[in-house]
Amino acid sequence: MDLLSHLALGFETAFTVTNLLWCFVGVLLGTLVGVLPGIGPTATIAMLLPITFTFAPVTALIMLSGIYYGAQYGGSTTAILINLPGESSSAVTAIDGYQMARKGRAGAALATAALGSFFAGSVATLILAIAAPPLARVALNFGAADYFALLVLGLLVSISLAHGSVLKALAMIALGLLLGTVGQDVTSGTPRFTLGFRELYGGINFVSLAVGVFGVAEIFRNLENERTREVGVSRVTNLWLTRADFRAIAAPVLRGTAVGSLLGILPGGGHVLSSFASYSMEKNLAADKSAFGHGAIQGVAGPESANNAAAQTSFIPLLTLGIPAHPVMALIVGAFILQGITPGPNVINDQPALFWGIIASMWIGNTMLVILNLPLIGLWVKMLTIPYRVLFPAIVIFASIGCYSINNNPFDVYAIAVSGVVGYALIRLGCEPAPLLLGFVLGPLLEENLRRAMILSRGDPLVFFQRPISATLLALGLICIVLAALPSIRRKRDTVFVEED
Amino acid sequence: MLKTLAAAALCTILAMSGASAQSATNYPAQPITIVVPFSAGGPTDTVTRLVAQSMSKDLGQQVLVQNVGGAGGTLGAGQVADATADGYTLLLHHIGMSTAPTLYRSLAFDPLKDFTPIGLVTSVPMTLVARKDFEPTTMAELVDYLKTKGTDTTYANAGIGSASHLCGMLLQNALGVKMITVPYQGAAPAMTDIMGGQVDLLCDQTTNTTNQIKGGEVKAYAVTTPERLASLPDLPTTKESNLPALNVSVWHGLYGPAGLDPAIVAKLQASLAKALKDETVKARFAELGTAPATEAEATPDALRQTLTSQIELWRPIIQAAGEYAD
Repeated sequence: MDLLSHLALGFETAFTVTNLLWCFVGVLLGTLVGVLPGIGPTATIAMLLPITFTFAPVTALIMLSGIYYGAQYGGSTTAILINLPGESSSAVTAIDGYQMARKGRAGAALATAALGSFFAGSVATLILAIAAPPLARVALNFGAADYFALLVLGLLVSISLAHGSVLKALAMIALGLLLGTVGQDVTSGTPRFTLGFRELYGGINFVSLAVGVFGVAEIFRNLENERTREVGVSRVTNLWLTRADFRAIAAPVLRGTAVGSLLGILPGGGHVLSSFASYSMEKNLAADKSAFGHGAIQGVAGPESANNAAAQTSFIPLLTLGIPAHPVMALIVGAFILQGITPGPNVINDQPALFWGIIASMWIGNTMLVILNLPLIGLWVKMLTIPYRVLFPAIVIFASIGCYSINNNPFDVYAIAVSGVVGYALIRLGCEPAPLLLGFVLGPLLEENLRRAMILSRGDPLVFFQRPISATLLALGLICIVLAALPSIRRKRDTVFVEED
Repeated sequence: MLKTLAAAALCTILAMSGASAQSATNYPAQPITIVVPFSAGGPTDTVTRLVAQSMSKDLGQQVLVQNVGGAGGTLGAGQVADATADGYTLLLHHIGMSTAPTLYRSLAFDPLKDFTPIGLVTSVPMTLVARKDFEPTTMAELVDYLKTKGTDTTYANAGIGSASHLCGMLLQNALGVKMITVPYQGAAPAMTDIMGGQVDLLCDQTTNTTNQIKGGEVKAYAVTTPERLASLPDLPTTKESNLPALNVSVWHGLYGPAGLDPAIVAKLQASLAKALKDETVKARFAELGTAPATEAEATPDALRQTLTSQIELWRPIIQAAGEYAD
């Protein structure tokens, strides 16, 4: 069989001492930068690019890929422990992960994240190996109208991200959409809400916003009253999962892997949706919906698996078509080019050792990551026993350095401060930050694709119903609304969205 | 812990301010930073990193690349315009340096007055490509097609002020037709939609198109330079195809802030010229579908001349199109 001989070639390439070593260095660095709040894989890969000049191409790419998917493992750590997500995917993990930590189950949350990520990463890599080229073809059929429909569906189902008032969740999504409009309009080039600052042309930095409304706001809340400040997080009862936990996470991990693998293939922003989509799915399928938002282990297992699966399958458009799906992939394209290889449709045939070597290294890397991360859980959890007066300045400093290092733009640091204050106000008002971030991430994509679809259809709105993919997705969205509006189901929903006051 | 951190920060600041007061004779006495006004991984970043690596060896100091992206390259350029002219902060910018004064009606810097040109680095040719099933098969057919059906043809670009946007304006200007412009956030999504058949035409740098052309994923019509490309020898030029007005390449130049010591300029220029003769640089550039600037081009005079003439070339074209970035 072709696949077996290809994989044999891949493992032969990946199983050399040099490649194993750099694969390990990559995943270790990835885990570390994932753990440090604010410093993400983008900045790390950019900094390490010059070092890889001297490497063989396959070694360089194995290491850089390792940093990327390693960061997906590490990113959940701070989200769970200190409510500080480093990127959009871990923002979802923070919802239930942090609540688990507050209940003393940080160890279980971290173990779930690591195991879910490992399973999803391995399966998604298998998909990458078996069906990368045909899947990439399918993804190319997604036009602007289809992306728009997908994003609408995403927004509709994700109202369930909120565990409090639906109205407040809608308001937060709207606020997020508005914040997302800051910056230069893609279609006309007109600057919007930039207040004359050219630094705002690129929009508000996502990481700054996430660090502000989640992490810094949480710090403000904790500092509110020195005496009654909760010490609950440092109470850690159990580091490992119970048998019941394993049963609870099995299905969410499987579903998360499926959703993440599918969405990751879409180069136009599918990976962003993956963890949000998985969370909504788990919440809607769960028997006890009221546990979500209060430390439901399924709310960690699903999204963490989805985000890792998407991280792995987002290599598909890159390796088979030469199209980077997001900034980290763009950097990896840069790494390819610096090594004298232009990623594109020819890489599989012209450089089989490279292509299959990278794939084989992903399995090896994921295995290393799970071995590396499980023992580290105890260490991370101990971090919570550090006195808060030492911990919080360190968090703020690291987050500021991290955000600044992405674009060297001081406005990204100001944005942390502003959104921290905003986030604190929102906590006091009983509003949740997760729907806000969702609106912020999806809003610009939604607008861009809507306008592009309208330009391409010469202004005919019927295009959304004429294209089969977009029509199907919109029909699904409609079904969701109808189901939600039906009176009988309405009653059931009321128990889901109980106001907690 | 905080005290230690504060002390460390203070030391760093002191060390930095002390070092910047060095003279030209022992230049370079500390690492040099080249600001790339675009994000890491893009074509300009790649070009810079290749040259920087070679210059590091020659100058005996690390030449670091710092990406300051945003606002079509004007943020990074503005930062270098304001930097101390000590030779430790440089800028590697592309054709956007000449279009910024027209695209941005309120620009904080003047490309001609606020910078010291060091030399041209490379000129990346552009290629005109289309979705695979687009009707015209040759450049001549494409010109005829666009003259009659141009107003119903969709043209993708990588955003306002990008090379593909400029090439599109030039093409429409040369043909006298107005196509339907479809802007994207960067070259990658634009290329994705060409490959997916969602949009008709795109004109972009060879760095972004060569592999898709070779892989048969897109239809290629012409290269926008007077000479054919070594990497795509079968692709005719726009000059051969009766459209000589579509002559555009993404030229890159190395600059320092205004008032750079001539001795430092000379050192940097010599190092740049040497880097451009480096076999690795040449080979990598060739794979990108481009060639290093010649010895005559890699000089302050040639860069100043190119910049001046390009500002004049683009001003009426951008004004006629009426597409501004602010």
